[in-house]
Amino acid sequence: MCRAEAFLLMQEKELIPYLYRTEFRKITAVLCRSLGIEHISIAEDLVGDTFLLAAETWGLKGVPQNPAAWLYTVAKNKAKDLLKRNTLFFQKISPEIQYAADDKHEIEIDLSVKNIQDSQLQMMFAICYPGIPPEAQIGLSLRILCSFSIDEIADAFLTNKETINKRLYRAKEKLKQDNVKIEFPSESEIDKRIGNVLTTVYLLFNEGYYSSNNNAVLRKDLCLEAMRLTHMLTENETTDKPAVNALLALMCFHASRFEARVGSNGELILYEDQDTSLWNRELILQGERYLNKASTGNYLSKYHWEAAIAYWHTITDNETEKWEKILSLYNQLLMMEYSPIAALNRTYALSKIYGNKEAIIEAEKLKLDNNHLYHCLLGELYSNVDLKKAINHLQHALKLSRVAADKKVIKNKISKLAKLKNV
Amino acid sequence: MIVSKQWENWMGGIAAQNKLAARGNRLGDEGRTVKANNVVINGPFAEIKEMLGGYSIIRAESIEEATEMAKGCPVLELGGTVEVRDIIAMS
Repeated sequence: MCRAEAFLLMQEKELIPYLYRTEFRKITAVLCRSLGIEHISIAEDLVGDTFLLAAETWGLKGVPQNPAAWLYTVAKNKAKDLLKRNTLFFQKISPEIQYAADDKHEIEIDLSVKNIQDSQLQMMFAICYPGIPPEAQIGLSLRILCSFSIDEIADAFLTNKETINKRLYRAKEKLKQDNVKIEFPSESEIDKRIGNVLTTVYLLFNEGYYSSNNNAVLRKDLCLEAMRLTHMLTENETTDKPAVNALLALMCFHASRFEARVGSNGELILYEDQDTSLWNRELILQGERYLNKASTGNYLSKYHWEAAIAYWHTITDNETEKWEKILSLYNQLLMMEYSPIAALNRTYALSKIYGNKEAIIEAEKLKLDNNHLYHCLLGELYSNVDLKKAINHLQHALKLSRVAADKKVIKNKISKLAKLKNV
Repeated sequence: MIVSKQWENWMGGIAAQNKLAARGNRLGDEGRTVKANNVVINGPFAEIKEMLGGYSIIRAESIEEATEMAKGCPVLELGGTVEVRDIIAMS
């Protein structure tokens, strides 16, 4: 093989995975919408076949001038062929569509930019359906909206292919059974429905940000996909709601610390110990822009409070004001909606202003004995009050923690405190 | 300002224990008392000097637990009192 050929092949090898990531979701969403919610799997298979054909043909004949357009044309033709005469069609496609096709009705498969965007957003609403469990919503989102392969999803959830396949299969069956429509919700319903979508993308982001997975690249990818989906919602007039912008702001502020929160050996670096010069200013500015955009309307979502809290975490030059604001915002958030993590974080903020002793009294009222973060917090608060108690709590936290990265942080703390104790 | 911060920390503390059922409302000082035979008196509780300033609904296992929580109310520092009452659930 001459060098020029090798170069071409290499290009193609990188090109197809790249196109798979960017185009699989677009074509799949359009096909799902044309074929109906009951045929998600057929749509996936069709697009999968299209990419297989690309890999075969491009290797032999070279990469076409406009590879994405090639994929669109092939997928479209495959879908039309299927609708017209493929045996699969008679086995799987519902009588209505059979009827439509028999009637020489052309099924429209529109791969224009606008329809791709709309189809993806509508699929987002269909997939984020509260009738299926959250982990299935996230899995399906990763597959259909983010072009993840089943293997990648299994990696993300630290499980195997079979489990994911089963989970997605059950979810698709449920969507079919409940006859979930692929469409924009009506104006009056959108605020309610968008709540489900935001919950799912928020969970997807958290899966990346806090997950137990050791693969830092994959975790960052999950966060970026969640941000991309949220950004897509802001680009459409119907879905560009204040709560959506607040959530995107929250994600930007958190993501600004990506580089600072992972050490050179992949270990987790806690907020207090981070090198703030590694915080990404550009993402912080973007977050501020979305937070400003979120400041309209007369309803504050929990994402507004959380984004405001995250905003104050990006401030480095006024520690007193910062923690007072954070405490106040956590108070407000908790009055609106309780969550153990907010309760713990509130108590931490309280310690920054009123000191550890005061915070210990508040912390011990929380009664979150089975939560490893509760014991981490008490370990932290006791560390300059009562070393023995501090170590006890951290050992308890170590027992409860199931995440390797967390265990490492806790172990480090224990050994530091143990040294102090022996002095 | 100070009071509102204290109030917020007190309520936040109750909410952090997942015991705030409803944050309730602060009441203003304008009001009327309606009696039988169309008698309307200006102001709430004209005959007693105390005025109800607000209410919140909390979750507690017992009246004692609720009383403990009430001890943190900032109004006590201003010479006010807190009345703790149980709610009879509607069946």
